[in-house]
Amino acid sequence: MKLMGMTITEKILAKHAGRDEVHPGELLNCRVDVVLGNDVTTPVAIEEFEKLQADRVFDRTRVVIVPDHFTPNKDIKSAEQAKGVRDFARKHGIVNYFEIGRMGIEHCLLPQEGLVLPGDLIIGADSHTCTYGALGAFSTGVGSTDMAAAMATGEAWFKVPETIKFVFRGELPPYVGGKDLILRVIGDIGVDGARYMAMEFTGPVISSLSMDNRFTMANMAIEAGGKNGIFAPDEITLDYVRGRNKREYTLYYSDADAQYAEIREYDVTNMEPVVAVPHLPENVRNVSEVAGTSIDQVVIGSCTNGRIEDLEMAAGILRGRRIHPEVRLIILPGTQEIYLEALRKGFIEIFIEAGAAVSTPTCGPCLGGHMGILARGERALATTNRNFVGRMGDPQSEVYLSSPVVAAASAIKGAITPPWEVK
Amino acid sequence: MKLTGKVHKFGSDVDTDAIIPARYLNTSDPAELARHCMEDADPAFPSQVKQGDIIVADKNFGCGSSREHAPIAIKAAGVSCVIARSFARIFYRNSINIGLPILECPQFIDEVEAGDKLEVDLVRGEIKNLSRGKTYLAEPFPGFMQDIIDKGGLINYVREKVR
Repeated sequence: MKLMGMTITEKILAKHAGRDEVHPGELLNCRVDVVLGNDVTTPVAIEEFEKLQADRVFDRTRVVIVPDHFTPNKDIKSAEQAKGVRDFARKHGIVNYFEIGRMGIEHCLLPQEGLVLPGDLIIGADSHTCTYGALGAFSTGVGSTDMAAAMATGEAWFKVPETIKFVFRGELPPYVGGKDLILRVIGDIGVDGARYMAMEFTGPVISSLSMDNRFTMANMAIEAGGKNGIFAPDEITLDYVRGRNKREYTLYYSDADAQYAEIREYDVTNMEPVVAVPHLPENVRNVSEVAGTSIDQVVIGSCTNGRIEDLEMAAGILRGRRIHPEVRLIILPGTQEIYLEALRKGFIEIFIEAGAAVSTPTCGPCLGGHMGILARGERALATTNRNFVGRMGDPQSEVYLSSPVVAAASAIKGAITPPWEVK
Repeated sequence: MKLTGKVHKFGSDVDTDAIIPARYLNTSDPAELARHCMEDADPAFPSQVKQGDIIVADKNFGCGSSREHAPIAIKAAGVSCVIARSFARIFYRNSINIGLPILECPQFIDEVEAGDKLEVDLVRGEIKNLSRGKTYLAEPFPGFMQDIIDKGGLINYVREKVR
């Protein structure tokens, strides 16, 4: 009997549940390949893990812990949290615990280190764990208790999600990239438009999109309520993965007769770069509609846009220029490796000469932790992923979201600026 | 188990940064988190909420981050139950995992006002609006999730697997 066509998401879930076939709505118990936590979510997971009285984690090479949110420790309490996480990692011999100076923002770091691979099933106690779907993996965010249970058992339960397919055709205009595509999608379907669902990104535009742009898109699936964002692996994926992977991996593809809850088509040819205005990522406008909005701070970095191509885009705009005297520009390379590559390519020199502060990798300002908190009434343009009330500081501050190109151009002008106006 | 409490009403897309802002995430102490619960959505909430009160919200409650500190803060603030038109996925999962009662009931949401007094029967999924004399049935949980709820959360549920 021929099985019904399945999506890439359904195939990965089926494989990890030891099944030949699964259908949306079914509840499964799955084996997980990687369990991830950070310095904010792991402390709660450790408390829950200890309630289980497990002697050890299920596999000390597959539990990954990255202190990246409030590190380098921003105050005594966060230092205590980081210490608790470090002590746990040492006690359990966690191989992939990444200390300050060798770490990175988790979702930039894990792919770089080859710890997450195509065909994997990954859970992380961080909502942006959906980033790894860019590699053709099923990857989703969970809470600390799920992390604790999976650290002990190597398993987690899932409801098989329905899938929405997004097809991108046409030719990407200059200055338009992955950030604009995903913000456009979120603007169209809303912050709960893909709630509980898989978001599958396909089409000729995607086939020629770089890995860094794909990571940016998968990263923000959660901003539409998505369970996971996913891309079929191709040569671009394999070029990225080869040389990083330390174990085998499997490539999965959606069948031609796979079932979708919806198929949405986009022609990108006439797209403009976009900006999400406060206080939801779905409030998407063309950059020209909000041009001239004054800004106090620009942040370039985060798990969304802290990779080398993001820094390259920013450097391309900032080269030989000074930023506006009334703007603070904070640039956070996603990992130490990215930082070093940016240094070798001369980007860091460009940033500092432009008047930017460049920091060691941290999530810091993205979630209003440290390294760039906004005062009451201040406004930031950031390449991050959320513009909720109080996200970067005072509840009466504002965050606008954009790509690194628009962020860099706006830093120069001191107001939101279409990138072609500074070229 | 029957819960009774007064309604605190919120709108759509209440995110986890509003439920517990990240500036307080340098601790996981439930009592401390409770002191800032819902602060960026309603600064008066932490001082006004009473033991047993019920949070009622429109669609997509708990969207955003995976921080379990959000349902922990709500539970520690004394809130007995959250009823919404719909919940964001990770918040929903976290609430079940830590034993914070949550219910989805769109028709009830359409007809409730802040300050209404409710009686909620979690076993039957029944919501009585005592102020308005109306009764509603919430969406039932799938059997597997009801199992986790009955065992008091995910940790108790998986305990036998670890032994």
